[in-house]
Amino acid sequence: MAKRDRADVLVCGCPACTEAGAPELLHALQEEVKQRGLEDEVRVMETGSRGFCATGPIMIIQPEGILYCQVHAADVPELVGETLVKGRIVERLTYKELATHKSVPYYEDIPFYSKQLRIVLRNCGLIDPHSIEEYIAVGGYSAPGKALSLTPEDVIEEVKKSGLRGRGGAGFPTGLKWEYTRKALGDVKYIVANGDEGDPGAFMDRSLMEGDPHSILEGMTIGAYAMGVHQGFIYVRDEYPLAVRNLGIAIEQAREYGLLGQDILGSGFDFDVRIVRGAGAFVCGEETALMASIEGRAGNPRPRPPFPAQSGLWGKPTNINNIKSWANIPVIINRGSDWFSQIGTETSKGTMIFSLVGKINNTGLVEVPMGITLRELIYEVGGGIAGHKQFKAVQTGGPSGGCIPAHLLDLPVDYEHLTEAGSIMGSGGMIVMDEHTCMVDIARYFLDFLKDESCGKCTPCREGIKLMLHILTEISEGRGKLADLEVLESLAWMVKNVSLCGLGQTAPNPVLSTLRYFRDEYEAHIVDQKCPAHVCRALISYHIIPDKCPGCGLCLRDCPQGAISGEKKEPHVIDQELCTHCGICYDVCNLDAIQVE
Amino acid sequence: MPKLKSLEELQHLRERFQREIKARTQTSTTITLGMGTCGIAAGAREVMRAIFDELERRDIDARVTTVGCIGMCSKEPLVDIQQSDEPRVTYGNVMPDRVPRIIEEHLIKGNVVEEWVVGRVTI
Repeated sequence: MAKRDRADVLVCGCPACTEAGAPELLHALQEEVKQRGLEDEVRVMETGSRGFCATGPIMIIQPEGILYCQVHAADVPELVGETLVKGRIVERLTYKELATHKSVPYYEDIPFYSKQLRIVLRNCGLIDPHSIEEYIAVGGYSAPGKALSLTPEDVIEEVKKSGLRGRGGAGFPTGLKWEYTRKALGDVKYIVANGDEGDPGAFMDRSLMEGDPHSILEGMTIGAYAMGVHQGFIYVRDEYPLAVRNLGIAIEQAREYGLLGQDILGSGFDFDVRIVRGAGAFVCGEETALMASIEGRAGNPRPRPPFPAQSGLWGKPTNINNIKSWANIPVIINRGSDWFSQIGTETSKGTMIFSLVGKINNTGLVEVPMGITLRELIYEVGGGIAGHKQFKAVQTGGPSGGCIPAHLLDLPVDYEHLTEAGSIMGSGGMIVMDEHTCMVDIARYFLDFLKDESCGKCTPCREGIKLMLHILTEISEGRGKLADLEVLESLAWMVKNVSLCGLGQTAPNPVLSTLRYFRDEYEAHIVDQKCPAHVCRALISYHIIPDKCPGCGLCLRDCPQGAISGEKKEPHVIDQELCTHCGICYDVCNLDAIQVE
Repeated sequence: MPKLKSLEELQHLRERFQREIKARTQTSTTITLGMGTCGIAAGAREVMRAIFDELERRDIDARVTTVGCIGMCSKEPLVDIQQSDEPRVTYGNVMPDRVPRIIEEHLIKGNVVEEWVVGRVTI
């Protein structure tokens, strides 16, 4: 007979928390619980990410739902003694509200969680991802059970009615895509889960694969049945070792229980899944390049049509969906399309997962209903801008998304509105920028990334990105001309309109959106030879304010160029000839005596 | 592990596994133990083990939680039982030998064991 647990202690095992010391914490908790003889009542385990990783290592004590942040091994004796033995909350380890510093001990009360709607992330951080038993206990694999009792056409109809659109970014209706594959001619067909998440700063797919791998397998099984497919592939980049490992364990376990393999749940339907590890090229997230990579060829895209639904892997009809799209499927089947389509907006149904990063307080993984405003997402869920700075822009959709400025903060987040604002939904990356971010520099940074990731097959993308990057570099180094902006803009439209695949078609977005909303900043770089955000090194200079400088010698000691001179206790000066604008003096000065212009 | 052959088998397995993660799901009955220093000194830990055993034996769903000192230290171990909308009933001086009767009367038959009750809280 199974033991009854009085409490479950869930320690986040995501890479951010692991880096912050979660493994040591887990070990210390296990030891302490054993030492106090609580093993029979308290279970300590590692789970996937709860998305609140800015304050890691985090842990949750259930059933109370107490959340502790930044817990370290040294806190364990007190924590176990107080909370697990006596039932008292250790106040100093709880989350503190940012504005009031009030302690919020229960995670459901933290604004970060209360504004969220966790459908796809329903199990992440609540169950042990290595245990199919726990997944089954929370209702796992009942959806394929239900789907197998319906006709494939009914399953497709249900997905169509739900209004689910592809979560990889393009937003194509999932049910329709399934129908194309179902109706395509041929006996052998394939499905693929696209886990090639390559956007810098994005980690939605990784967290899902690590934290709830079974939900993806469950969704794929349903899709396979609906489309008449017997072999699936999960394409994961090899730089996600934990995701590869957890998916592998999940596949093994599902096979043992007869939930993958032959004759699933006695229905006579066969389906199996293989993991394909990618080498980490950004372009392989594009479906035709991804298929080339699975086939063992170089990951280059090809023109469409034919679409994968007609001719995909090895020339067979193939359906490709993002990891998050697949994880939505079991919920739609279990709770019905009517329920699902209530969530979200007219055209964008359900929820979207974002990885909130950049200059924001609550860095982490969040799932919110479609249609939430950027303001709610950034200020309520995200806790506002770090360090009481001013919000400047948010970039959605990864490197090929656009930057949305402050006056559009009340924009509802859905496919249409983001596109209208010159950005994209993308896969769910969200980079928040503050007043100290230079928009020219940001555009330059993303183009620099895309220049390396362009596969080089088509000329507009290969040469166009390089040329745009050159112009941006010239501007940021003070050699720009006003006429460059016209060239830049026409180049950007050209690359957008004539590139072969999604990479080139979206690559100019950072340039176009910053030109649209922050043209004055470009002009300041060119005309005034100034970088308003004080980022572009060639356009700034550092000065010491004599009245504020006590001559402490800190900057003099730390300047790598020896550009600072002055007697002790006398104001120092910076030699502009020697200064390389590295900013070290600015960072070390405790008295704000260094000024940037 | 034999392979699952039907949805019923999956359902069956689910019920078994659900019990194991019961602590993370809600039930309508909450049993609360005072587990402050006073409660522990009075033997609350042994009482809790007895409660677990009894719940297991009779296969009852209940959420068992612990709290700190309830305030009435002279009557420890204190055990509170709350069922849905009913007032919360507090039993005092609950030693392990009193547990089977409380569980049988209160949780199964629905009768409060008045002679051991020390208080009721309506919330």
